[in-house]
Amino acid sequence: MIKSIKTWILVGFASLLLVACGQGGGGAGSKKSKTLDNTKKAGFVKCGVSQGLPGFSNADASGNWTGIDVDVCRAVAAAVLGDADKVKYTPLSAKERFTALTSGEIDVLARNTTWTLSRDADIGLTFVGVNFYDGQGFMVRKNSGINSVNDFKNGISACTNTGTTTELNMRDFFNSKNISYEPIAFEKADEVVQAYDAGRCDTYTTDKSGLAAQRTKMSNPDEHKVLPETISKEPLGPVVRQGDAVWEDIVRWSLNTMIEAEEYGVNSSNASSLKDSENPAIKRLVGSEGELGAAFGLDNEWSLRIIEQVGNYGESYKKHIADTGILPNRGPNQLWTKGGILYVPPAR
Amino acid sequence: MIFKKFNIENKKARDLIPQAITVLALLSVIIYFATNAQINMGNRGISFGFGFLNQEASFDITFSMIEYDGSHSYGRAFLVGLLNTILVSAIGIFFATIIGVVVGISRLSDNYLIAKVAEWYVEIFRNIPLILQIFFWYFAALRALPLPENGINFYDISFLTIKGWYVPKFIWTNFNIFLLSVIAAFIAIYFINSYATKQREQFGKQIPTTIISLATLILIPLITFLFLGVSLTFEYPVLKQLSPTVFTYAGGVSIIPELIALALALSMYTATFIAENVRAGILGVGKGQKEAAASIGLNKNQILKLVVMPQALRIIIPPTTNQYLNLTKNSSLAAAIAYPDIVLVFAGTALMQTGRAIEIISITMLTYLTLSISISIFMNWYNKKMAIKEK
Repeated sequence: MIKSIKTWILVGFASLLLVACGQGGGGAGSKKSKTLDNTKKAGFVKCGVSQGLPGFSNADASGNWTGIDVDVCRAVAAAVLGDADKVKYTPLSAKERFTALTSGEIDVLARNTTWTLSRDADIGLTFVGVNFYDGQGFMVRKNSGINSVNDFKNGISACTNTGTTTELNMRDFFNSKNISYEPIAFEKADEVVQAYDAGRCDTYTTDKSGLAAQRTKMSNPDEHKVLPETISKEPLGPVVRQGDAVWEDIVRWSLNTMIEAEEYGVNSSNASSLKDSENPAIKRLVGSEGELGAAFGLDNEWSLRIIEQVGNYGESYKKHIADTGILPNRGPNQLWTKGGILYVPPAR
Repeated sequence: MIFKKFNIENKKARDLIPQAITVLALLSVIIYFATNAQINMGNRGISFGFGFLNQEASFDITFSMIEYDGSHSYGRAFLVGLLNTILVSAIGIFFATIIGVVVGISRLSDNYLIAKVAEWYVEIFRNIPLILQIFFWYFAALRALPLPENGINFYDISFLTIKGWYVPKFIWTNFNIFLLSVIAAFIAIYFINSYATKQREQFGKQIPTTIISLATLILIPLITFLFLGVSLTFEYPVLKQLSPTVFTYAGGVSIIPELIALALALSMYTATFIAENVRAGILGVGKGQKEAAASIGLNKNQILKLVVMPQALRIIIPPTTNQYLNLTKNSSLAAAIAYPDIVLVFAGTALMQTGRAIEIISITMLTYLTLSISISIFMNWYNKKMAIKEK
């Protein structure tokens, strides 16, 4: 009852909020950012996160949020307010997330959200970048004798989440293989895990990072394995409301700063000592050269605060994804200089 | 003339003016919200429209009563969800009514054990939140069911497993003729009954209508089987191996466990309220009525059927209508256990894929409103039919 009613109330009231909150948001193209002003006035960044996905956004018993998605919001808070802890987290279901953003309940959505054309173009949202390159995979029981997606046969039942791109990819995949399947879609990830664990379905499909994280919740994680194939591209990234270009830039470059910092070897412990570095790119990152913050209406140390308080992308990944055993191998989420595809435009 | 009409001392005007003001105020509130929404959606680059209903849905649904796959439109997906909502509500109402009536009468039983069991049933099931009962039937009962290879076997024609209840599929030839014969049988029964009523009222003749009706219902369709080329064969579910340890059943019809769990939870929960209505209805009929009926020589069954029930129904129907409406609305909790009702399919997946929250939520609300009003209209009609007819 709680869950369902909450969803309804949120979706319903978010629509009402949209109606009632007048001209909140910001005028397109204006130099001033209403979201930035409101954030400074409120004293915290309003950040939408998942309802609990280890490694990405997950709350511990005392309500502290951690994860690489959470770090994006922390970076924005460090840049804008000077304190990475000044974030108000709103856990959202897949269904609620976009309405919460467009209605102004949150200002940044960092919730393992796949960047697609229709989401970017159609519903009043703007994706600012990618903080995790993911792809959809399948989990099966080890003893099932299924070692590849080519072992799937007609009549297989597959559990997944509703309201995500996985539902669509699943159909594309099984159709292309000409396999008839039974799709069972739940609203919450916890119920998917329970149903799969009970044997209601033969395979569980979602983003591979999600599979790795959810596997830890099974009654016996060692009985399950993730198949090697990846059936889709899932670039996950933070999203902002359309129409506030300055805020959009702040979020985009907060993320880019973390990645660029890793590229130049700047991390949370050495950042302040690199102010007199000989490399101008590093000097720009730690704010001792150029006036880059002025373009957003921020001071010049905004990027230094991000690196000092949140760390660079590599530190964030290691802490939340690698060291927790979710995906020790960085795969495509490695810097372009080290064989991955993380490549951000230069901060200059 | 006009001034005289709107004079405050004119009673008609006094009644009319507050009503007109209320309507105007309500209208302006609605218009204010609608324009405000339009402006805000425009500012945020959100378009408004129902064109998306014709777009390809491109997601599949596990259980559908009409032909559907992802290449159909969002409109069609809406229809699938709506039919699934109606299906689970209808099943729920059917069983809730039967269980409710049986339990309600049992609570008044002279047998101590029966009365106590009924009382405990009511107290337990109506005091536990419905969503917990749904989770209980789904997750607790689901885990107790065997995997397909060890399915509970009903005479090799039906199997109950964790993946669903597999039953034989009916394969008809000339189903139309059969359907027509059933309709014909019902029309015949209607005429037999009105003839029997006339005979009874005019000549006091008792015709055993129940047996004759039953015979008609069996005989007329039977004729189509024998002479008109109607036939029925069954396709039985067969165990199929998908991999060394993964099995399923192919053929037949699968009744998904989500439907079973939801229908079970809804009917067990709502039945408790109906049982109390039934008990109240029966207790509401004066004792003198039964004694009077007994004194003119009616037997126990006749007293219940002819004297107590017609009067009790007048008390039972209105609150039971509320329970039917509650059950229908509660079926929206289906989303929690993946039963593809209108909330999961349309207000869930379709909303997410299109992002059209306002359009989809309004359509869904309107749909529930229509469903509820339809049930209300039917029950009000039935209530009127049962009400005291003053001659």
